[in-house]
Amino acid sequence: MSRAYAFYPGCTLHSTGVEYGVSARAVCRALGVELVEIEDWNCCGASSAHSLGGELADALPARNILLAQPQARDIAIPCAACYGRLSSADRRLREDEAFRRQMEEITGREYAGAARPRALLDILTSDFPPEELRARLRRPLAGLQPVSYYGCLLLRPPQIAGGWDDTEHPVKLDRLLGLLGAEPRPWTYATDCCGASMTLNRGDVVARLVGRLVDAAEDAGANCIVTACPLCQANLDGRQGRRPQPMPVFYVTELLGLAMGLEEVIGLFGRHIVDPRPLLRRLGLLP
Amino acid sequence: MSGPLDWRFMDIVAERSGQPIATCYQCRKCTAGCPTAFVMDYDPAQIVHMVQMGQRNALLSSQAIWMCVGCETCGTRCPNGICVGRINDALRQMAVEEGVRVGAPAVYQFHRSFLNNLRRFGRVHEISMIVEYKLRSLDLLSNLDLGAKMLLARKLPPLPQRIRGRQEVARIFETAGAQGPAKPPEEQP
Repeated sequence: MSRAYAFYPGCTLHSTGVEYGVSARAVCRALGVELVEIEDWNCCGASSAHSLGGELADALPARNILLAQPQARDIAIPCAACYGRLSSADRRLREDEAFRRQMEEITGREYAGAARPRALLDILTSDFPPEELRARLRRPLAGLQPVSYYGCLLLRPPQIAGGWDDTEHPVKLDRLLGLLGAEPRPWTYATDCCGASMTLNRGDVVARLVGRLVDAAEDAGANCIVTACPLCQANLDGRQGRRPQPMPVFYVTELLGLAMGLEEVIGLFGRHIVDPRPLLRRLGLLP
Repeated sequence: MSGPLDWRFMDIVAERSGQPIATCYQCRKCTAGCPTAFVMDYDPAQIVHMVQMGQRNALLSSQAIWMCVGCETCGTRCPNGICVGRINDALRQMAVEEGVRVGAPAVYQFHRSFLNNLRRFGRVHEISMIVEYKLRSLDLLSNLDLGAKMLLARKLPPLPQRIRGRQEVARIFETAGAQGPAKPPEEQP
């Protein structure tokens, strides 16, 4: 079986989200999936392009969609913000001919509608039959009680980013974590925003949003939070302040890698701001 | 609220944002779900109402339009298909174009530093972007502890990644029009 996706890592996978990049690549390799990085990709513009730039918000990510056309494969996108921006740009390229022509002219490439932007979490939870994942498990995550956190842009707005899980009550991440042997806890904050785009300029606001989420996770009886976005993870991991019992925040790909016994993933846990290793050791999940 | 009413304001903002602003009947679902309403001087439903009522000056100089994090909750839940986030984007761009003294300078300076960095390298390089933001905003002392932790965890690479297609990115900035942050009408305090 060979499966391949175009890969748009986004800026944070080389910096604050380094664990996500390493674990996503390791897990995909172990699953026999090839991630072919889009050559010479550029930043999607994130919140700043649509805040200040108008047209920039679609034009910057559109270049990446055009660069991916020759691959003619779905684009796997680990970051929720990148996923939202590329999805919006792809729709614009499909529906707005003047915009498409202009972007084709600037980049010297043709749009064929052949590279659909998809969230990495969508791919991991939709494209692999449960048996296939189960067959790879080496260490079931017994005792781990996560809450699944999607944040804002993995499923919103539903017309552009949604369709692969329920907008208000998503379930696929819970199912995947259950398959890994964890016991996901129900809560109602899965799609509440963590405020990551204001983390540099309004740390006070963000600390309050993160505090509310971690409180809710505690109330739900969770011992960790699982994300599929580098902005969510960095924000939740880094903004718990002086909480007496800070809660570890994992990437879904780190837990997949842990359950599959991938050494390079296990080595990442020391780079978190809230060290998850005491929890994992207590549960007997670290070698 | 203050200043003269501008009765063309709603049509202008509706056009720029692509949102059917006239259909709002103030159910306030947007505000109930907004993660940052607690820190806004006007909440999302008030913003929509003020656009309807032509309150141009009060809105363009408000802090609220800069406190929106673009999480899309309002637009997802609105029974009339209005995304207040898109309205806020349009209002921010109008505020910058018109040289209004922005209500939340730090947020504006962050976005500007981010886009300048993107334009320079093609990808965002955190350290140089943060340095530019701190110089612009003079918010020099915040987040030093988190920054130190990120450095210790080797999560802030010292060097930027420059893409080959920087010319294409430059052209995208040019063709995207004057709204870009390249030439703000007035330096913010």
